Amino acid sequence: MVRAFAAILGRDLVLALRRRGELGNPLVFFVVVVTLFPLALGPAQETLARIAPGILWVAALLAATLAMEALFRSDFEDGSLEQLLLSPHPPALLLLAKVAAHWLATGLPLILISPLLALFVNLPGQALPVLVATLALGTPTLSLVGAIGVALTVGLRRGGLLLALLVLPLYVPVLIFAAGAVDNAAAGLSAAGPIYFLAALLVLAVTLAPPATAASVRISLG
Amino acid sequence: MWLWFHRLASPKHFYRVAERLNPWLGSATLVVLIVGLYWGLVIAPPDYEQGDSYRIIFVHVPAAWMSLFVYAVMAGAGAVTLVWRLKVAEAVMRAAAPLGAWFTFLALVTGSLWGKPMWGTYWVWDARLTSELILLFLYLGFIALQSAMEDRRTAARAGAVLALVGVVNIPIIHYSVEWWATLHQGPTVTKLDAPSISLTMLAPLLVMALGFLLHFATTGLIRARCELLEGEARSGWVRELARRRRT
Repeated sequence: MVRAFAAILGRDLVLALRRRGELGNPLVFFVVVVTLFPLALGPAQETLARIAPGILWVAALLAATLAMEALFRSDFEDGSLEQLLLSPHPPALLLLAKVAAHWLATGLPLILISPLLALFVNLPGQALPVLVATLALGTPTLSLVGAIGVALTVGLRRGGLLLALLVLPLYVPVLIFAAGAVDNAAAGLSAAGPIYFLAALLVLAVTLAPPATAASVRISLG
Repeated sequence: MWLWFHRLASPKHFYRVAERLNPWLGSATLVVLIVGLYWGLVIAPPDYEQGDSYRIIFVHVPAAWMSLFVYAVMAGAGAVTLVWRLKVAEAVMRAAAPLGAWFTFLALVTGSLWGKPMWGTYWVWDARLTSELILLFLYLGFIALQSAMEDRRTAARAGAVLALVGVVNIPIIHYSVEWWATLHQGPTVTKLDAPSISLTMLAPLLVMALGFLLHFATTGLIRARCELLEGEARSGWVRELARRRRT
């Protein structure tokens, strides 16, 4: 079972690396969206610093949602998703491997580039470690919950907008706790409380989301 | 008793029972709503602080209660759909969604109409308002998913998964929003939760709640019947029904 998990993880990572162009897209989107905020709100440093946590997190959330859409698409089109369900291993575990690979390919780069963007919007320096920590705890939750929505919409012609409609309301708790933690840190307060909540949400998502994703994939494949 | 219950799972029998129940439920709804409205709007005393404008709670509070109750019905029917694949449960689930969305919308609109004279603003980012708004988004997502899928039975099962995911999430969303609102300390002193309500106002409120419940049962059954007719359009009993109606 562990070997099957590792095999899927490795395969998806190799596939992601072969398509480097697509790999960069969510990243560029993240940067562009964050750039739009100072243009719309004016470049005043204090204003930006005050709303920086919100800007960074909303942009990260949108980038993660857009990137989600491709999670099962190619596997659905070439039939490997069906083969995955036919294998003797529990589909929830295999799908978890796919989600993990997808997060490594799209979520991790967001975290790595976030310090640069924090500089763009003048986030106070002491909040930077907290921002990275919330992204590290929050984006896997987004991927896991989003995978349910992707699995439900994978068979549809134009699933992208629908996917956003389905999963964005479910992302609210992550957004609240993550932005709250960064806000606290920027104000010089302790961010431990919301970070614990984020960790709890991640644990919940890891345990509950994969079975729901597996059920959804079953339904979408008919 | 059990036999009757099991037969209810067949679309044909469900349709017949619902058809027989509908006029009764409909007239009960009408009577209870008229009694509740008259009691609430005319007989109940005005509030000593808010005067007559508090009377909107006789619509607002039942609508808010129903918005949650209907989601629970939807998720319950969704669980039955996934486990037993009953067409009746699918129909009930799909019938409930738009009604729940309208109840949620009604609760939001009446709440903001009341908020304007009382809080001085149509909208505040208060915990309850926000979680009610997100509930509306969940309903709309469900409805969008239903209309995006062509195959009715696949759509119903997909919707069932979504409804159940929503049920797990609603408490989390609710408490996180509550935490968020207390953290940011809203601009107005909110809420009608604290002051214990007088019996003269509570009684018509409960009557109105019963009226809303009956209304949901009536319209829900009508919608479920339509769903069944559309889903079963090719089956014998629907053709039989259509033939009899024509003659």
